[in-house]
Amino acid sequence: MKYFNLIWAALFRRKTRTLFTLLSVMAAFLLFGLLNSVREAFTSAGHSIEGASRMLTISKVSFTMELPQSLDMRIQSVPGVAAVTYANWFGGIYQDPKNFFANEAVAANFFDVYSDLELPPAERRAFVATRTGAVVGASLARRFHWKIGDKIPLQATIFPQKDGSNTWTFDLVGIYHVTNSREKQQEDAFFFNWKYFDEARQFGNGKVGWYIEKVAQPKDADRVAQAIDALSANSDHETKTQSEAAFQAAFASQLADIGLIVGSIMGAVFFTLVLLTGNTMAQAVRERIPELAILKTIGFSNRSILVLVLAESVLLLALGGAIGLGLADLAVSVIRAQGIPIPMLPVGLAIWLEGFGLMAFIGLLVGVLPARRGMRLRIVDALAGR
Amino acid sequence: MLRKIGTTLAIIAAAILPVIALVWLPAWAILVAIAVLGVWLALTRTGRQAWSATAVGIATIPQRLGSSSVVIVGIAGVVGVLIALLAMAEGFRATLHETGSDDTVIVLRAGSQAEINSVVDSDTIHVVAEQPQVMRDAGGKQIASPEIVVDASIPKKGSTLDANVEIRGVGEQVWELHPRLRIIAGRRFSPGLRELIVGNKAAREFAHTSIGSKLQLNGEPWTVVGEFDSGDAHDSELWADTNVVATTYHRGSSTSSVTVRLTSPQAFDAFKAAIKSNPQLKLDVQTTRTYYNAQSEGLTQVIRLLGTTVAVIMAIGAVFGALNTMYAAIATRTREIATLRAIGFRGVPVVVSVLIETLLLAILGGAVGAGIAWALFDNYTASTLGANFSQVVFEFRVTPALLAAGLKWALAIGFLGGLFPALRAARMPVTDGLREL
Repeated sequence: MKYFNLIWAALFRRKTRTLFTLLSVMAAFLLFGLLNSVREAFTSAGHSIEGASRMLTISKVSFTMELPQSLDMRIQSVPGVAAVTYANWFGGIYQDPKNFFANEAVAANFFDVYSDLELPPAERRAFVATRTGAVVGASLARRFHWKIGDKIPLQATIFPQKDGSNTWTFDLVGIYHVTNSREKQQEDAFFFNWKYFDEARQFGNGKVGWYIEKVAQPKDADRVAQAIDALSANSDHETKTQSEAAFQAAFASQLADIGLIVGSIMGAVFFTLVLLTGNTMAQAVRERIPELAILKTIGFSNRSILVLVLAESVLLLALGGAIGLGLADLAVSVIRAQGIPIPMLPVGLAIWLEGFGLMAFIGLLVGVLPARRGMRLRIVDALAGR
Repeated sequence: MLRKIGTTLAIIAAAILPVIALVWLPAWAILVAIAVLGVWLALTRTGRQAWSATAVGIATIPQRLGSSSVVIVGIAGVVGVLIALLAMAEGFRATLHETGSDDTVIVLRAGSQAEINSVVDSDTIHVVAEQPQVMRDAGGKQIASPEIVVDASIPKKGSTLDANVEIRGVGEQVWELHPRLRIIAGRRFSPGLRELIVGNKAAREFAHTSIGSKLQLNGEPWTVVGEFDSGDAHDSELWADTNVVATTYHRGSSTSSVTVRLTSPQAFDAFKAAIKSNPQLKLDVQTTRTYYNAQSEGLTQVIRLLGTTVAVIMAIGAVFGALNTMYAAIATRTREIATLRAIGFRGVPVVVSVLIETLLLAILGGAVGAGIAWALFDNYTASTLGANFSQVVFEFRVTPALLAAGLKWALAIGFLGGLFPALRAARMPVTDGLREL
């Protein structure tokens, strides 16, 4: 630590060059933070503690096929199932197809199973008691400036009402919050009463999109899933039960290979960054050879020179990287607060740790050649300018 | 002090304008600008001075290969990522665009947006098919195909995860609606039998879809008997007789949609008006071109926005990298430049020579990036969920327009990275420069 001033002075010996390099490092880690925030939003869905005890039962044919409501009672009686609820995808449009958000008809006990969607008890009672009641997540409410008491019209795409009309009007009776910041994207949904939906829709009555079970013991999940699927084996509505996380993973992989896209971009970014910072460090050491020789003359060991140069390059990366990741953190908060519908998770501890790991790794990688050069130089030659 | 800030602001403004111009100008305008520059370099006195200064600069590049490669690789990265992401958007857009045509019309239940959401009953199908604007085949039958769209969960090849493949029940006239469609292996399905033909992209992506394979659809065994190539989004689907699909999926006599061929694209307005004026029908009528274009819009925009954002952030990094390199290049050549100034070269040739050198490095980087993007990603196969919640397989398309756009970005980055070092070189006091070691 006592050499910090020395390293700092060396780093800012050429202010412009260091500043430009820092800005490049910043841009790279800004991108690293943003892209990983998107990637995590895709991969982490359904991995919460609450999610681990939840399973989804969908039609084996495809999740777009419906299941009979009569399965509800039968699934409840499967040993190990603590609670069952169900939902239907509604696919309604609010004003413009571009305003996409999930909207689902859900059973009255939906919020018991999804206890991570925190709805005040009074609002939950109002939801059950109001036929046309709807509940939305806080960030969705912010996005469209909705408040409790508003009437919200949705245009049906799948389910017209009995009279053929596509307009369904709901009364907003509750707004739920999600405290776990990693599950925040669950706040972008709109739920309304399945009973009203089933009575008012033109066709498909008595059918359910999917069931959600809460298992008493997560370790029993596989056995319970098999027991649930056995209920409908060889019927015309065979089911497939899997954990919420497995369902989300399959869905995300159908959307896009986000991991590959993010990985390729980051590969290109960091390859460039290594070259760029490596060049800066090489220049920095080349210019300072006489100075390094003097340090050696006054008694610095080879090892200390190595460590000094390596510390300088790690400091360069860490400084720029931390500012870049900080900016990414800030940008993600702003984007999410604006309600812009891009799936993004806050830049959490995992991304910061991974980022610092990368900074240290790249810092050492680009520092090692110049550092060895500094370490190996012979005092006489260096002082003579040879 | 104030004057210094004023000059800096003016330079920044002067730098931003050409960048905007570079990004917006069509490719031919840039080629014309390059030609004008070439003429100026060759024919005027200042131009020839600039050229000889540039030649000296270029000749010294091999001595600073490491730092010059920072410019090249930095810009190659930006251009490569930009082109790859835009090629993804372009591939998806083009695949859906080619799926539609202006003289075939798809009729859906009003408000349903996508076929999977739509239900059309048999009476409606007859009314639609009987409109006078609907073309008739040689035998006098209306060219109309009532179609059912359902999804089936099948694992993808080499994966344990299920993905949705689209099963499309088609009417007997469907072949007249898709003149480009060819059966490339096996045969067409026989009407009335549980037989499927598979699109060539679906066959490539999904397990159990080769000819002769048996598939369980809603509990019933189906056989794949042929493979087709339509050159559009239908290649991601499996086709069968609409009546048999209806039976398997308990759909009665209703279907998801009806597609008809019109006598001409001009007949569309009359056809639509006739359907819309019938109070018994609540239908959406659109050409398949409009329908499929709308399906690609959202995702295409998202990918383009993502690609541009990523490229802008990377470009910021690349600009600073180029600035570093070029400042260093000028610093090592301080005495040379001062000597040129001392023997009578003016500021303009010096500025131009540094700029040209940077732009050459930038163009080289742009070409490398574009080349890598083209080699790796042209025709790269990807898939996503389409409007019917099923996989749409498409190929990245690295088009000449995208390559040109990438090179324009390279020029813009090179311009920004070269301008400030160039100005410093020109403004350096000659006496100080000559004394520099």
